[in-house]
Amino acid sequence: MVLLYIILIPMLGALLSWLLAARKAALGRWVALLSLLAGLVLVTGIWITHAGNEGSFNQWLYNWQQPWIPHFGISLHLAMDGLSLVMLALTFFLGALSVLVSWKEIKFRTGFFHFNLLFVIAGIAGVFLTMDLFLFYFFWEVMLIPMYFLIGIWGHERREYAAYKFFLFTQAGGLLMLLAILGLYFVHGANTGVYTFDYFALLNTPMERALAQWLMLGFLVAFVVKLPAVPFHTWLPDAHTEAPTAGSVVLAGLLLKTGAYGILRFVLPLFPEAAHDFAPWAMLLGVAGILYGGQLAYSQPDLKRLIAYTSVSHMGFVLLGAFAFNEVAYQGVVMQMITHGISTGALFMLAGVLYERIHTRELGRMGGLWPTLPAMGTVTMVFVMASLGLPGLGNFIAEFLILLGSWQANKVMTILATVGLVVATIYSLRIMQRVFFGHTERQYALPDLRPREWAMLLPLVAVILWLGIYPSPVLKTVTNDQLRMSNEANNQKPMRTDSSFVMRTSITTDSLIIPN
Amino acid sequence: MLWLIPALPFFSALILIVGGRSLSKAAVSVIACGSMGLAAAITLVLGWQFLQGGENAVAQHLWSWIQSGGFNAGIDLRLDALSLAFVFVITFVGFLIHVYSTGYMAEDADFSRFFACMNLFVGAMLMLVLADNLLLLYFGWEGVGLCSYLLIGFWYKDPANGYAARKAFIVTRVGDTAMAIALFMLFQHTGSLQIQTILSGAPELWSTGNETVVLIAFLLLGGAVGKSAQLPLQTWLPDAMAGPTPVSALIHAATMVTAGVYLIARTHVLFALAPTAQTAVAIVGAITLLLAGCSALVQTDIKRVLAYSTISQIGYMFLALGVGAWSAAIFHFVTHAFFKALLFMGAGAVIVAMHHEQDMFKMGGLRKQLPAVFWVFLIGSASLSAIPFITSGFYSKDQIVWLAWSSAQGHSAYWVIAIAGAFLTAMYTFRMVFLTFYGEPRGHHHPHTPGNSMMIPLYILAACSTLAGFVELPHTMGHFTLFSDFLQPVLPAVHLVQESAALEWTSQLLAAGLTFLGIYIAWVWVIKKPDGMLRFSQMPFMQWLRAYWFTGWAFDAAYNELFVHPFVRTARMNRKDIVDRIYTTLARIMQWCHDMLARTQSGLLRWYIMGVVIGAVLILSVLIWRVYV
Repeated sequence: MVLLYIILIPMLGALLSWLLAARKAALGRWVALLSLLAGLVLVTGIWITHAGNEGSFNQWLYNWQQPWIPHFGISLHLAMDGLSLVMLALTFFLGALSVLVSWKEIKFRTGFFHFNLLFVIAGIAGVFLTMDLFLFYFFWEVMLIPMYFLIGIWGHERREYAAYKFFLFTQAGGLLMLLAILGLYFVHGANTGVYTFDYFALLNTPMERALAQWLMLGFLVAFVVKLPAVPFHTWLPDAHTEAPTAGSVVLAGLLLKTGAYGILRFVLPLFPEAAHDFAPWAMLLGVAGILYGGQLAYSQPDLKRLIAYTSVSHMGFVLLGAFAFNEVAYQGVVMQMITHGISTGALFMLAGVLYERIHTRELGRMGGLWPTLPAMGTVTMVFVMASLGLPGLGNFIAEFLILLGSWQANKVMTILATVGLVVATIYSLRIMQRVFFGHTERQYALPDLRPREWAMLLPLVAVILWLGIYPSPVLKTVTNDQLRMSNEANNQKPMRTDSSFVMRTSITTDSLIIPN
Repeated sequence: MLWLIPALPFFSALILIVGGRSLSKAAVSVIACGSMGLAAAITLVLGWQFLQGGENAVAQHLWSWIQSGGFNAGIDLRLDALSLAFVFVITFVGFLIHVYSTGYMAEDADFSRFFACMNLFVGAMLMLVLADNLLLLYFGWEGVGLCSYLLIGFWYKDPANGYAARKAFIVTRVGDTAMAIALFMLFQHTGSLQIQTILSGAPELWSTGNETVVLIAFLLLGGAVGKSAQLPLQTWLPDAMAGPTPVSALIHAATMVTAGVYLIARTHVLFALAPTAQTAVAIVGAITLLLAGCSALVQTDIKRVLAYSTISQIGYMFLALGVGAWSAAIFHFVTHAFFKALLFMGAGAVIVAMHHEQDMFKMGGLRKQLPAVFWVFLIGSASLSAIPFITSGFYSKDQIVWLAWSSAQGHSAYWVIAIAGAFLTAMYTFRMVFLTFYGEPRGHHHPHTPGNSMMIPLYILAACSTLAGFVELPHTMGHFTLFSDFLQPVLPAVHLVQESAALEWTSQLLAAGLTFLGIYIAWVWVIKKPDGMLRFSQMPFMQWLRAYWFTGWAFDAAYNELFVHPFVRTARMNRKDIVDRIYTTLARIMQWCHDMLARTQSGLLRWYIMGVVIGAVLILSVLIWRVYV
């Protein structure tokens, strides 16, 4: 039941804040903030409770199932493991901060704004918990529509164009996934006689290789559009740039991660062989994203657009690591999901904070802000360094583990991806130079960070440092996830142990462990 | 107690970052210099215990950093003779430079930011040399890169400084990429990034000349040339002089730029297994020392002379590493740290006295106006040019010159280059001395000798630049080997093939002779017959050569054409993202179809009737065609 609460808390918070905001806007904000904080406390509580027991993250922590439409094999099936847990912690953490960041920025229809914001969060929480493919598709859509409103109503100048583009891209991907889900449903039904959308039942569905490849591609397209990978990324710069700050934070910090999560949770375990066949191409897409996104980020004249393209670059690492099929890379991918959420979320917040002061996103009209805004400059420096992968900050751990793991799988791709670190340096340092350094003729009288802004930025600084210096708690939580997932599937269907995903994984990880 | 050495500067940096703006300059000075002084004191205590204890290394495990799959890296520190030599130089010279900076930066508005970055740098540098695994070393490696970036661009108002800072970061990052790949390979083959595990396991894993270990060694060399500003990644260091002068002294002369030397010495087992790579180290060093020496000869900015000189001297260290003279390289690192820090800070004193004038042609005659500065600068210059017997530079550099020939991996060509380099060194050093301190004053400033906070560190370093040489004397002069004995447990002794005292004497005398010749030529050039030299240098070929050397052999121009411009140009061209064109075109086609179809809905009855008729005719034709054909 606790899993249901995790989804219901933001949903109820959404409704309540909409209703109360009609009476007083501040009331709606407080309700939204408190309900997300409640969710954060709940998730952190779960984490702390289970962190004490050795090995508790090697199994499913919670599992809850209620029949919904039994006739079609659809049930309300929620389950949580270490991966879901850390992703939920990130969701509520960034969610609460995105309420804070909108405190002054959103001035009209605040009730409806918070309703949408919290509903996106609820949808994301649902995506991270669902173990029924039909329900998963449902939550996938729940994320989409409120986000469309967030961009379309509260966005910047070209908000409607961006909102449409976002909607069309993700919807097109989503439809392919729906087809693939239905395909899997019928294939499984035809081959076993059991028609079900249940994730655990569908694991290791026996099917022809060619068919598996098509179904896998259906899922993968939906996820790489969301991720996004080149060449499906072009919705992202528009959506990120035009969205209000909270929208950008949620988009970059959380929505993109649902794509990554989908690959880890569904594409790899459901279609291990097909995914393995496709791995070189997926890694190529990842590397293309790292380099191409990096170069585009460098050339952007708009600060938010620049940050948006860095997401394309960083999410390329996710694709690279996910298809490396070993535990080191896998943990790196999970770290990358978290640290990218933190660092890019923080950069978008800083862009928003800056926009509130100077009312422009154009880098050409900035510069020389360091003497006026030294504290903001220092905080920005931390996240710029995180973005270029400086050791000591979380993103380094993520990218290093991904590269270390993918080296075992594909050397050429890893070398190209490592070159991406140079490109990351080039575009990241450009942010500092164009915004804070240099000289300016203009006389600004701008206030430096205010208490509310400190309240949202300091936790992010603390977390990115913590993840860089002592990432063990997270790494322990997501350890062996993939291995366990496939092991469980194998236990259910003992007839198919040959050359399945788990075998390859264990082989590659075993070969890594040379006693020293 | 070991952890305190890097922790103190880190802690002080944290205080200064968080609360620096509300602290007075005096408080900032006390915190910054105090933490450095404490770290230096602890180093002395630990060093003393270490020498007494007779153990080869002291290790300390702090906490487990990354554990993933079979990968394991901890925050583990390890102090052995090699790291002790580096830690000593970093804390001791670092402390002196911090004290000097309180005077040098006294007028600067961003006083606390400066010291925060300096402390952060020292902390990262100490992590680099104390790390027990290569990942932690990489942490320090990138950390010093960050601080170097922050401090080169310290005076951020001038975009040129920002450019120099970014150039330094990006160019060294290119080398770091190679080093990262070396780490991946090492982990793949040895299953660990623990330095001791790798060093002890490597000889069993690989035979000498094995392709894998050669590749790894080359990649490590890639990282080393980036950080240590050696060919072909040397271009960032001359521009790095944009930073405040104490930064140049600490980061771009004494410590950070020698990180590459440390890396190679630390992983010397791998290089010993990879003779090709080790030869490459020697060749890189030899070529670099020559090219940079030529460039130093024609600079007009006093700091740029010293920058090229640093590149050249690190070239000597690389040459020593390349011929297997490991401890000679480290010895030269130590003496170089003393005399180059002294020279940079002496130059800084001159620059401050001249109200931030760096052009040597606008100085002159300062010997009388700044006598104290002149004398310490002269001591530093003598050491840099390796004046025999009385300077530390003589003992460390002569050892390299001799070993370049006599060691098992040596070659007479290396010796020729090294000795030619010694000649160049003497020439450019004393050209700088004569231009700055002799002749008639060419500037319009009224210089004044800086205060005690700046002068006392200079006196101490001047003493060190002279005395530090006596810890290691050549075969021909008593064969006193304190320093190499001290490093013996970590770095193996050099294998000699030439052990002739006569030859060694010849080499030393020749080097000494060329040094004095170089000084003499500089004297003729600058003091005696400047007009004759002017005429000589105005010959077309000489002018061309001068311009070529002045720009550092035009590496910048080549790299701009090859890498920078293509990247920037394609980035600018593709600013609107060509991939998006596909989707917008798709959308436009849809729009066009929509417009076409919408146009049919014109509201004119005759068009509709015509449409119906055409449709009917088509359908009937198809039916008839089906039936009859």
